[in-house]
Amino acid sequence: MLAKLFKFYGGVKPPSNKTLSNQQPIRPAPLPSRLVVPLHQHIGGTPRPLVQAGDPVLKGQKIGEADGWISAAVHAPTSGTVVEVAMHVRPHVSGLESLCVVIEPDGKDEWITHGPADRAAMSPADICQFLQEHGIVGLGGAGFPTHGKLKATPGVPMAELIINAAECEPYITCDDLLMRERADDVVRGIAVFRDMLQPTQVIIGVEDNKPEAIAAMQKAVEAQGEAFAVVPVPTLYPAGGAKQLIRVLTGKEVPGAMRSTADMGVQVFNVGTAYAAWRAIGHGEPLISRIVTLTGNVRGAGNVEALIGTPMDELLKLAEPNPDTDGIIMGGPMMGFLVPNEHAPIVKTSNCLIAHSERLFPPKAPEMPCIRCGACARACPHELQPFELYWHARAKDFGKTQQYHIFDCIECGCCAYVCPSRIPLVQYFRFAKSEIWAREKEKKAADEAKQRFEFKQFREEREKAEKAEKLAKAAAAQAAKKAAEAAAASEAPATEQPAEAAADPAEAAKKAAIAAAMARAKAQREAAQPKNTDELTPEQAREMAEIEARRQQAGIVPEPADAQPATTETKPE
Amino acid sequence: MDILLAIAIMALGAVVLGAALGFASIKFKVEGDPLVEKIDAILPQTQCGQCGFPGCKPYAEAIAKGEVDINLCPPGGMEGVQRLADLLGREVKPLEAEEKPKQVARIDENTCIGCTLCIQACPVDAIVGAAKQMHTIIAQQCTGCELCLPPCPVECIHMEVIPETLENWKWKYPVVAIQPVAARPSAKEAA
Ligand code: SF4
Ligand code: SF4
Ligand code: SF4
Ligand code: SF4
Repeated sequence: MLAKLFKFYGGVKPPSNKTLSNQQPIRPAPLPSRLVVPLHQHIGGTPRPLVQAGDPVLKGQKIGEADGWISAAVHAPTSGTVVEVAMHVRPHVSGLESLCVVIEPDGKDEWITHGPADRAAMSPADICQFLQEHGIVGLGGAGFPTHGKLKATPGVPMAELIINAAECEPYITCDDLLMRERADDVVRGIAVFRDMLQPTQVIIGVEDNKPEAIAAMQKAVEAQGEAFAVVPVPTLYPAGGAKQLIRVLTGKEVPGAMRSTADMGVQVFNVGTAYAAWRAIGHGEPLISRIVTLTGNVRGAGNVEALIGTPMDELLKLAEPNPDTDGIIMGGPMMGFLVPNEHAPIVKTSNCLIAHSERLFPPKAPEMPCIRCGACARACPHELQPFELYWHARAKDFGKTQQYHIFDCIECGCCAYVCPSRIPLVQYFRFAKSEIWAREKEKKAADEAKQRFEFKQFREEREKAEKAEKLAKAAAAQAAKKAAEAAAASEAPATEQPAEAAADPAEAAKKAAIAAAMARAKAQREAAQPKNTDELTPEQAREMAEIEARRQQAGIVPEPADAQPATTETKPE
Repeated sequence: MDILLAIAIMALGAVVLGAALGFASIKFKVEGDPLVEKIDAILPQTQCGQCGFPGCKPYAEAIAKGEVDINLCPPGGMEGVQRLADLLGREVKPLEAEEKPKQVARIDENTCIGCTLCIQACPVDAIVGAAKQMHTIIAQQCTGCELCLPPCPVECIHMEVIPETLENWKWKYPVVAIQPVAARPSAKEAA
């Protein structure tokens, strides 16, 4: 066993409220009346829909194809009929919609043919592909596609594989119950990750307020003859943050700018993810359900196994919410948010629904000015200075917030929790972060626009120069011809006039053509919805033919001067 | 004699330092005017000409020379004015025109006659098409400058406001609850 645990800086101890929901075993949730499965449930590319309205689907059938490497497939949670593929509200703070597949269950819950993966015949790349095809993503937080994390950084030996079972947020108990009841499958899943990453040690970090889960995991590890260490970590929020857990278990400090912890030989997975991975590999089941804690202002708090796509309000009813419930929080009270629309569906990352009521979460007293007491800085697990960040975010001085490392902030909410002035610090940080991202995007777009603008100017200059050169050449030729003609000493006066005269009718014809087109388009616009040119009246067709003939006569058509920009547009040099 | 030596030393010094300065001015030559570049970086590069200049760069040059106000660019919005004011140490002034939400142009493809006039007007080459073929606008590259609207002889181009989606959604500035003064009797005493 590990000799020594380390401490991370800061942290808070909010009341855990976990006993509310960890007393009953996991219940299966009944089939809902309708399933709304969002295609985009994870970080990365939005899967492409594979079904249409009216298609019959079977349980576990793929309905969304992964788009790119950082993406994962989406599957039908039960058998039934696709009602529509349309925009529906997502469980997101914004309350905005995204593309969802709506399925009406037929009640038979009929599985598609599926079976375990033949691991002996599969290369690591095959297993990654298998997990992607089965829609496995991180179930702990942001939902990063799991297969994307199953590869060691080249040149960095994988030292520790850490399984995050800390579950530090108050109220949430889904991982706790999962470990108590299904420890065997969790351990098998961890073994899959171990085989892929080949780490020197595997550590399962569980907060010490879950003794039953720790015992169950230890038993399962022993039963399977594995050498995984199940380590109780002190209960302190946010011990379940990846960087904090790494610090506590290994003493390693993750540098703020590091994108992937694999670069320092550590990889972290959530327990739920290990379980889902085993359901896929050992049973061929894609990720179509998850364990969700239902708690808060309810009479029958507990954990249910719910299908992805179940509407939240329908699911919460299973826990019998009290009549004064006035909202649903998705996630924990520290990092979760009040969902703007309660019909939003459960997605792969929805670990907990808390029935909100004013009794349970009294409205915050009004915000007061910052007194620079420093409590927030002492609580911040990332050793940031929240009051400085707040000051600059409030003043919209985003350059300064970046100097104070705003992107190291994990939005854990410790600072806002301890602030005596009740300043919603995290909201300011989120605002600043999204504003910085938006500006970066805008800046990129502006730079591109500038480039294109400059190129267009350059191209116009070049065209002008080319034209001038051509004209000069023609004039020279003309002059030479004239000189030759003069030398022949015959009638030489007016060779120039016809050319000018020719230019004039050409201009006039062009103007006439445009005027005719304007009239035609106007008529079209007025006559309800305009059609395409294949449904012209004979009169219009005749008119067009006439214009065409006139244009031909005027010599516009062989070399249309105004088509030049278009050709250069399609053929950039 | 002494005087000559002194003069010679001074002359030598002048030559050496002059050469060093000359060398430095060539070696460390700054391309373009750095202030114009900085101003240009703040301008939105819409190239719409609403500021009265033929593009963002000319406006940036005019600002740098101190000839014009900093509040003439509607696409940049109040935020742009604010940032220009910060950069130049000038006073923030309200925007000359109304601030509009971000838009893109769209061609009604049924009405388009393929005259290519809009292609010539678009400053950023965001329109594709050829003579007598239907034209279309690449939304990602359109800056929403509206310069293609007037040249279209059949008025088939219109502007559309970019809708809010999950991709471009932003966290809002936290709302500070405003309290009536009466609710805080102590405020008066403190004041
Ligand atoms: S805890 Fe609140 S009041 Fe104290 S320094 Fe931080 S932001 Fe200011
Ligand atoms: S929310 Fe950010 S600033 Fe506040 S304590 Fe957590 S990491 Fe630190
Ligand atoms: S108004 Fe603004 S965006 Fe338009 S050209 Fe002038 S500086 Fe550029
Ligand atoms: S398509 Fe029209 S609105 Fe868009 S950038 Fe080009 S000219 Fe401006």
